Amino acid sequence: MDRKMENPLMKYLRRDRLPTIFCAGCGNGIVMNTFFKGMEMAEIDFENLMLVSGIGCSSRIPGYISCDSLHTTHGRPIAFATGVKLANPEHDVVVFSGDGDAAAIGGNHLIHGARRNINITVICVNNSIYGMTGGQISPTSPRGSYGSTAPYGALERPFSLSDLVTAAGATYVARWTTAHPIQLSNAIKKGLQNKGFSFVEVVSQCPTYFGRKNKMRTPIEMMQWMKESSILKIKADKLEESELEGKIVVGEFQDKVEPEFTDNLCKLVEAKCVTGKPTSIRSAYMGG
Amino acid sequence: MITVNEKFCKGCNLCTEFCPLNVYEKSKKLNKKGIHVPVPINQEKCTKCGLCTLICPDQAIKVDENNED
Repeated sequence: MDRKMENPLMKYLRRDRLPTIFCAGCGNGIVMNTFFKGMEMAEIDFENLMLVSGIGCSSRIPGYISCDSLHTTHGRPIAFATGVKLANPEHDVVVFSGDGDAAAIGGNHLIHGARRNINITVICVNNSIYGMTGGQISPTSPRGSYGSTAPYGALERPFSLSDLVTAAGATYVARWTTAHPIQLSNAIKKGLQNKGFSFVEVVSQCPTYFGRKNKMRTPIEMMQWMKESSILKIKADKLEESELEGKIVVGEFQDKVEPEFTDNLCKLVEAKCVTGKPTSIRSAYMGG
Repeated sequence: MITVNEKFCKGCNLCTEFCPLNVYEKSKKLNKKGIHVPVPINQEKCTKCGLCTLICPDQAIKVDENNED
């Protein structure tokens, strides 16, 4: 097909890898689109971008984007991203992670990244199930939802990742669903511009596993469910916890300014340097 | 003008549902991949809001800014 007739976002993708392996109607593609839109709005240099991901369906996203990317071990993308950011604080580091990756196996890295307030943006694609391995219940599966490890419905209460990360000290936290693409791209833009740990949770659809096991077989049904059951945070704050059962609270959870970790570290290195010329930061890039 | 790239479209038909002006309609016939590709039948209604290009998970839709060519 003629390149003039292609989607304008195609210039950011690795053409030889397409079409993606995602299922028809998977939310990961929408997250990709909204990320590009947010990146364009935030005026981030695409050449300066560094994407880090762990293991899972959503962690395959950086593999399709033609910029520097790291595909790391399960649950550890925030640890790798911390290293990338400290080695060269000028990089814009973005972590793509799933709910199993960020909340289950990498939960500690997530809360400690937020505690440090290091300037990275974490986009967590929360599809409420382990999609890649066959539909097991994940820490964010809603109570009563079905999965291959919960044939009678999940008994545990789900993790609210945005509340967790807010409590751990992140400076920008927002949650939207893939049925709100405009709001989501604005949140990603604010997250990229924020100097500090930014966490954008995207409630996404997995029609293949979550939808099939929970009587929402098509992506359209899943997205309509997300659109109907989402409630703005300002409204949800006035309601009781029992009234919010089965609802998705969306909106901005946190937006504040606090001292940032790499800034503090660079200042410390400069202050304590005896030779007068600190070499530990960006030394690999400057040939020093 | 709206173009749907059949090479990338996987037939999820999210665009047919989420277009606020119902520009798209699911095709009656299956294509060679065995999917129902959306067809922009009501192109004159399109306001070029760009929601379909954002919501398409496979980057298959292009909406031209100007109506010529």
